[in-house]
Amino acid sequence: MIENFDLTMVNWARAQFALTALYHWIFVPLTLGITWIIAFYHTIYVKTGSEEWKNLTKFWMKLFGINFAIGVATGIILEFEFGTNWSNYSWMVGDIFGAPLAIEGIFAFFLEATFFAVMFFGWNRVSKRFHLFSTWMVAVGSNLSAVWILIANAWMQHPVGQAFNPDTARFEMQNFAEVVFNPIAVSKFTHTTSASMLFASLFIISISSFYLLKGRHVLMARRSIMIAAVFGLLASAFVGFTGDEAAYEVAQQQPMKLAAFEGLYKGETGAGIVALGMINSKKQVGDDQDGFNFEIRLPGLLSLLANRSLSSFVPGIDDLVYGNKEQGIMGAGEKMEKGKVALAQLDTYKKAKKSGDEIAAAAALSVFNANKDYLGYGFLEKPEDAVPPVAMSFNAFHIMVALGTLFPLVFLAFLYFSIKGSLQQQRWLLGGGTIMFFLGLIAHWAGWIVAEVGRQPWAIQDLLPVTVARSNLTAGTVQTTFFMFLILFTALLIAEISIMARQISIGPKEN
Amino acid sequence: MTVGKTLWKVIFIKLIIMFGVLKLFFFHDFLGTKFNTDEQRADYVLSELTMSVQMHNSSQGGER
Repeated sequence: MIENFDLTMVNWARAQFALTALYHWIFVPLTLGITWIIAFYHTIYVKTGSEEWKNLTKFWMKLFGINFAIGVATGIILEFEFGTNWSNYSWMVGDIFGAPLAIEGIFAFFLEATFFAVMFFGWNRVSKRFHLFSTWMVAVGSNLSAVWILIANAWMQHPVGQAFNPDTARFEMQNFAEVVFNPIAVSKFTHTTSASMLFASLFIISISSFYLLKGRHVLMARRSIMIAAVFGLLASAFVGFTGDEAAYEVAQQQPMKLAAFEGLYKGETGAGIVALGMINSKKQVGDDQDGFNFEIRLPGLLSLLANRSLSSFVPGIDDLVYGNKEQGIMGAGEKMEKGKVALAQLDTYKKAKKSGDEIAAAAALSVFNANKDYLGYGFLEKPEDAVPPVAMSFNAFHIMVALGTLFPLVFLAFLYFSIKGSLQQQRWLLGGGTIMFFLGLIAHWAGWIVAEVGRQPWAIQDLLPVTVARSNLTAGTVQTTFFMFLILFTALLIAEISIMARQISIGPKEN
Repeated sequence: MTVGKTLWKVIFIKLIIMFGVLKLFFFHDFLGTKFNTDEQRADYVLSELTMSVQMHNSSQGGER
């Protein structure tokens, strides 16, 4: 039934959401990660009493402040979009999202904001210990804010702890703990925050490399790099570990997403992971063409990633679309039939309730409940509609993994030459170091593309496709606001870059 | 001008644009402005969900 909806409007609304999310995500990971590193710098200053460490701490704090000030409230725009462009979705998830988002606003944001003020304006005004405590609390508070948003996002990927109320058309929370400890939420939070720590380390290395290349603020740059490289190396290990866990959870809960980001069309026992490959753009679901123009696979590793067993079966896109009886996999076609039954019974229930026929309503509700887990499939026109954009998912995933493999090597090289005392002579490394921040941003964006494009066509996994989640608006309305956002965010980005560049050019205070 | 003052200016202008222009004129709560009660909103969303069934039924009625 997808053809009944205005896909142009849906696509513009998706583009607008992607645009705002990607811009928002320039500011957020830096805030999440750099607060921890600043807390370390600040701790060293309090322990040593050295004015140089104080200046170093203040300098990074200033850059963090610029990022925070320009990025603050950019996420609220996403909430505007929910109410305007995605009103059906907004209505349906209101009961689930209300609690986590309220906790985020009341608890985490106020914690963050209160200590943020002490951290910035507390120099020589409060005791050193309380000042340091405030810096640590900013790190804790900003990361706690992320917990609740990521819980909300994880719920869309794996909607647990809920029941659909056919009278109100809302998903209602049945179990708060299940929502909070959703396995996707846990892996998403740990992966996102550790990746943000890695990103912040890259940011510090980029700017410090610039100073070393220019021969300015050498001591401060070397000290900054030493801590950032150690921190980044630890974060990289954690990113790898949590990434593996995140992929495992995706394999369990969203097997189509895993198949898409590995470009796996036909399921395999002992499936290999693609180390390098190029997707065949002409490949269609269900045909006999090869999914790749070329690929290098590491045998068994995808099975290990997906099921913790080298010889296990990993379903491919074809298995998930057309079913695989041998492996006990229900295809999207069969799920569509169940989804259409659920929708028909929802309609019958609604009419029976209106006419006061309680017996017919109870009968319809009983059939609806038996099929409600496939509700979203009832809106699909054909089984192939359940497949996300494969090439985009594959490319984004592999860019993310490739960069995630490069970064620990970069941290190791910086650490090695820092310990050896010859970092300033390694101009090739410093030159490369200056662009690491941009590569880190690309890795983060790629990660979000994997997470969000890979779960298409769903706004809520298996329950609500984006085509039904939208508001009944014209494409023109969304286009207008899309370009307004483009201008606003670009202006903010220019402001961020120019204010930050000016402060970097001034540099830290020298004793 | 100090960086602090510049940042306060940026925050102030940004918030005015976001809440005073975008939210006020362009980002209305779709269901909030169209309907007065939650019951009406629930009815509307339910009808959006079951629209496909109704279309299917009406096309079958047409065929007969």
